[in-house]
Amino acid sequence: MGLIERIVSKAIGKNVSAGEIVVVNIDAVYAQDGTAPLVIDVVEKELELRKKIAAERAYFFIDHSSPAPHVAAATVHKEMRRFAKEYGVKLFDVGYGISHQVVVEDGLVRPGMIVVGADSHTPTIGAIGVYATGVGSTDAAIAMMFGVLWLKIPETVKVTLTGSLPKGVMSKDIALNIIGSVKTDGMLGKAVEFRGDTLKELSIDSRMTLTNMCTEMSAESAIIPVDNVTRNWLAERGYNVYREVDWEKEDGYVDEIVVEVSKLEPLVAAPPDVDNVKSVAEVDGVEVDQVFIGSCTNGRLEDIEIAARILHGRRVKEGVRCIVSPASRKVYLEALRRGYIDVLANAGCIIAPPTCGPCVGAHMGLLAAGEVAVATTNRNFPGRMGHRDSKVYLSSPAVAAATAIEGKIADPRKYLL
Amino acid sequence: MIIRGKCWKLGDNISTDHIISGKYKFEAINDINKMAIHVLEDVIPGFYKLVSKGDVIVGGRNFGKGSSREHAPRLLKLVGVGAVVAKSFAHIFYRNAVNIGLPVIVAKRIPDVSETGDVIEINVVEGYIKNVTKGVEERFTPFPREVLAILEAGGVVEYIKRFGGLPWSRNIG
Repeated sequence: MGLIERIVSKAIGKNVSAGEIVVVNIDAVYAQDGTAPLVIDVVEKELELRKKIAAERAYFFIDHSSPAPHVAAATVHKEMRRFAKEYGVKLFDVGYGISHQVVVEDGLVRPGMIVVGADSHTPTIGAIGVYATGVGSTDAAIAMMFGVLWLKIPETVKVTLTGSLPKGVMSKDIALNIIGSVKTDGMLGKAVEFRGDTLKELSIDSRMTLTNMCTEMSAESAIIPVDNVTRNWLAERGYNVYREVDWEKEDGYVDEIVVEVSKLEPLVAAPPDVDNVKSVAEVDGVEVDQVFIGSCTNGRLEDIEIAARILHGRRVKEGVRCIVSPASRKVYLEALRRGYIDVLANAGCIIAPPTCGPCVGAHMGLLAAGEVAVATTNRNFPGRMGHRDSKVYLSSPAVAAATAIEGKIADPRKYLL
Repeated sequence: MIIRGKCWKLGDNISTDHIISGKYKFEAINDINKMAIHVLEDVIPGFYKLVSKGDVIVGGRNFGKGSSREHAPRLLKLVGVGAVVAKSFAHIFYRNAVNIGLPVIVAKRIPDVSETGDVIEINVVEGYIKNVTKGVEERFTPFPREVLAILEAGGVVEYIKRFGGLPWSRNIG
């Protein structure tokens, strides 16, 4: 049994294996302003329910078009606030943060839980040993109202990370390296379980980038076992493990991939898809109009910190917009307290509120035809961040910050002496 | 439950963005019908006008990848698509399609032999799919009883309203 099978087996009190369909109690469920309107319709117009039933573990996040860029979004947000109040769903309003970041940081999800989110990047939260998967609005509505859902248990692929991260190389580069080799459908129907000695060096911030990017390999879920890093992180915040399983046993995999992390170099995913992975050296000199540092992929404290280290005492290149958006208010405040925001603003960065906006092409930094961006986000499909003829290169925050300085895709290692 | 209609052949990696671009989500809030004219517009211009009730989309690998947006299968069903056949599906799209009562069939050969305009026949209960025009038949793993029950009810919401719970445990709510 892989970790996910162990969590589900413990939860329902009988052994399950990959391929089985089971009905499970959902420990937490959330939706965001892109998917919540349909959740509301399913509950009120289709199921015709008029009261809260099992909503105490249900959360709404206004994070995608946040703050509202137009009246239509404002109307959606107003509806979400009304529904949340009437049905007892806890709402995280504009500015609180991006769902996947907030549920982890606020302790709403804890190791061993089974969680669904109406957002494809829900596997992000598997970084702290949660079995999490993305669902649609009908699933989210059923989970919110009835507290249960059917799940087909995925097969697990073990991804073993070995060696230490070289200077200037981040967990984003590990993720891009894996996607470059397995391609965007490489984990279809599978879950990823991370193992290996590199993990002990990876913070929860770094781990969340790894699990986040598994969505781009079409993985249904991604999970990292609870270890000392996780336990220390939980203890510092007064959180506990929700459901203990054997986190250490390595068993039940259908396949294994080994990544020699110590041999990696800074990478990018060039357009038009996330698996078009190249070394920074290969695209060195590609001129950019905009840099975006943020999102559920790379908007955490560690990401802001590396950007601040690289941009400290330097300037964003004339003619380049460098937008930095902390993934949550907590990240924002801590970055402020540590002086990172000051460094970045002085370097010429634009500090945006916590929002998914630029990543999903909703607002706050759209691209015009022909423009090129480097973004620390997760998708670079044509038109993702604006005009159909704009281009997005995905990278780590280190590459993004170096690129902001030079105005062309740049290797961060020379700024990290 | 038999579906018979004209084939619309698509390639690999048809994303939810191809099916309905995210940019329309606010244009048609609270009225999914307004989004229908944009279904697959960048792949098959005018699809909403050209498609007939019961037609079958035949895709390749990883059909429905990308965003969790449930409008994608809902809109396909709304414009008349009777089923989607593909070599593989993105899991959120697959769940969403089952939940809203749009049959999604994993097939190995049919996607390779089919062309737009062929007549496709699917027996959802017995688990076979035929390309009538090409004379090719393929069996697929039948759905578990409970998933079939959801498809036959026209979706999980209809099922819950009729029976008071999910087919696996009719005791929710």
